[in-house]
Amino acid sequence: MAALTKPFHRLRRRDRTEEATSAQPAPATTPTEQTPVEIAPNDPLLAYFQTAPEAVDVEALELDSPALEELKAAGVKLAVPLVSQGELIGVLNLGQRLSEQDYSSDDRKLLDNLAAQAAPALRVGQLVREQEAEAVTRQRFESELEVARLIQQNFLPKELPEMAGWQVAAYYRPAREVGGDFYDVIPLPDGRVGFVVGDVTDKGVPAALVMSATRSLLRASAQRLIEPGEVLARVNDQLCPDMPTAMFVTCLYGVLDRFTGRLRFANAGHDVPYVKTAHGVEELRARGMPLGLMPGMDYEEKEATLAPGDSVLLHSDGIVESHDAERDMFGFPRLKDTVARASRDESLIDLVLSDLAAFTGPDIAQEDDITMVTLKRSAGSAVPGEQDGGVLAELSLASEPGNEREAIAAVERAVTDLALPSARLEKLKTAVGEATMNAMEHGNEYRADRPVLVRVLHADGHLRVQVSDHGGAGRLPPRESPDLEAKLEGRQNPRGWGLFLIEKMVDEARETSHEDGHTLELVLRLEGERK
Amino acid sequence: MTVHELEASVSREGDGAVIALAGELNLTAQEALDAAYAEAAAGAPEHVVLDFTAADYINSTGIALIVGLLAQARAQAIEVRARGLSDHYREIFEITRLSDFMTIEGSTHA
Repeated sequence: MAALTKPFHRLRRRDRTEEATSAQPAPATTPTEQTPVEIAPNDPLLAYFQTAPEAVDVEALELDSPALEELKAAGVKLAVPLVSQGELIGVLNLGQRLSEQDYSSDDRKLLDNLAAQAAPALRVGQLVREQEAEAVTRQRFESELEVARLIQQNFLPKELPEMAGWQVAAYYRPAREVGGDFYDVIPLPDGRVGFVVGDVTDKGVPAALVMSATRSLLRASAQRLIEPGEVLARVNDQLCPDMPTAMFVTCLYGVLDRFTGRLRFANAGHDVPYVKTAHGVEELRARGMPLGLMPGMDYEEKEATLAPGDSVLLHSDGIVESHDAERDMFGFPRLKDTVARASRDESLIDLVLSDLAAFTGPDIAQEDDITMVTLKRSAGSAVPGEQDGGVLAELSLASEPGNEREAIAAVERAVTDLALPSARLEKLKTAVGEATMNAMEHGNEYRADRPVLVRVLHADGHLRVQVSDHGGAGRLPPRESPDLEAKLEGRQNPRGWGLFLIEKMVDEARETSHEDGHTLELVLRLEGERK
Repeated sequence: MTVHELEASVSREGDGAVIALAGELNLTAQEALDAAYAEAAAGAPEHVVLDFTAADYINSTGIALIVGLLAQARAQAIEVRARGLSDHYREIFEITRLSDFMTIEGSTHA
C-alpha cells in the first residue's frame, strides 16, 4: 500500500473549460482547475475505486469516506478510476455535463474505454519518472561504494612478508556493498610477526573509515606493546571516544614467534580461528569484548604452539554466514569440517573457497566480505635445522661491550652438528663477533633498550648467520677500506677493521636495511665441506 | 658475561723484551697493553716480542691496539715480533698486512 501515498495517486478534477464557461456559464462552479483531492491509504474509497473498473456515479455513492465528501463538495459527478495491473494510478473526475443533463450510458462507455487506454499509458510515464529518480540515487550509491572500496584496498597489505619455514597466505573478496573486513600482517622486532583479522559492523564508507583507523592504531600499538592482550586493550581505549554509535569492531590479534612456533593471541569478539594439527582441529578461544564499545576492557591472552605441518585459519564471518538457495547457513561446523579435511600440500584457502562455492551454488550473490589469513608451518625434514624452517638458533643480546662473545659461543653451539672444519669455524666466529660488535656499537649505540638479534639458519647447503640491530633505517656506518700504512703513519684511525675482516672471513656478507635497522647476513657455502 | 681482561707481563729475552699476553685482546686491553709496552720499551730493547700463546681472543679493537703499538715501536725504531699465534690469528695478521710490518714467529699451537 506504500505506493498509494505517492503524489501520482492524487485525484485531479478538471471542471469546465474556459471556453465552455464562456459559451454557457454554469452556476456555482469554479472555473479552471481545482486543487487535487487526495485519498488517504486507509480511505474506503481507494478500495472501492480499485475494484470498480467503471465510471462511478459520485453523488449516488454512499461511503464513510472523507475523500468522497471532498469530491462531492467539489461538484464531481462522475469519477473514472484509472487502474493498471490492479493498482489505482489515478482518477478521471468529471463535473456536471455542459448540457446539465445526466451522463448517458454511451458517455460512460466512452469514458471507460478512454480510461482503459489511458491507464497503462499513464503508468508507463510514471515508471519512466521513477526510473530516472532511481538512477540518480543509484549513481550516488555506486560512487560511495567506489570510495569505500578504495579506502578498504588502500589499507590492506600490498604484500605478505616472506618467512623462512612458514607459508603465509591471505584472501579478501569484498561483497558488492563492501563490508568492513580487514586483515594485516605486521613484522615485529626479534623475528616475531603479528597477524590481524577484523570486521567492522556496518558497510560502505563509514565502515571503511573505521577499518582504516583501527588498522593504523593496531600497527602503532603492535610495535610498542607486543603482547596481544595489551595491544587490543590499547586500541580499544583509543577507538572508543571517536566511534560512531552502533558501530564496533571485532578483531583477532595473534603474535607468532616464527622460530619457536608459539602463537600468542587475544580476541575482541571475532570468529574463533581453527588450527589443523596432526591430531585434528582445535579452536583458538580467548575472551574479549569487541573494540570500540566500552573503554577499559581486558582481553584474555592465550597461547598455542604450532608444530611443523600445522596450519591456522583466521577468517571473517562472511564465510560461516553465507547462505545456500534454501537460506541455510554454511556455519561453523561445516568450516571446521573443511579445515579437518585439509591436506598438507593443499592450500587451505582454496579448499574453503571450493567448499563454500559447492554449498552456496553458483548463482548466489556474496552477502558479506570474505576474508581469510592462513599460516602454515612447513613440515619437517632430515636436514639439521630444517624442521624449524632452517633455524638452528636465535638469540637476543643486550648491547653491552663484550657480549659479542655470547653471540660467538651461541653460534658455535648451533653449528656443532654441521662439523665445520676448524679453520672455517674460527673464521665464522670472528665474523660473528665483529658483526655483533658493529651492531651493538654503530647500530644500537650501546643503548640498553636496543638488543642485537642473532639468527643462525641452515638450508640449501648454506649456513647463514643474520645479525640485526635496532638502530633505525638509513644509517649504515661509513665504509673505508683500512690501510695499514696510513694507520701506522697516523693518517687513518687505527680502528675500522670490522667489516674488512668480516668480508674476508665468510663467503659472502650482505648488508640490508629494514624498518628497524640493519641486518648483516654472513653466508658460508657448505658444499663438499665435511671433514 | 665475564670479560677476561688482558693480563700482560713483561720479561727480558736477550736484546729484546717479551710481553706475554693472557686473556682477551679487546677494547678493555688498552691500559694493560700500553703499560706493558711502556715497561718493555723503557730499556730500549732491540725488539719487542708479543707472545699471544695465552691470548684466546683477539677482535678488531685488539687489532687496532696492536696497530697503535706497532706505530709507536716504529717511531722508536724497535722491531715488533709476534709469537704463539694460532693459525687463525696468523691468517688475520696476514689479511690485515700486520705480518708485513712485524715478524711472525712459528706458531706454538695450531
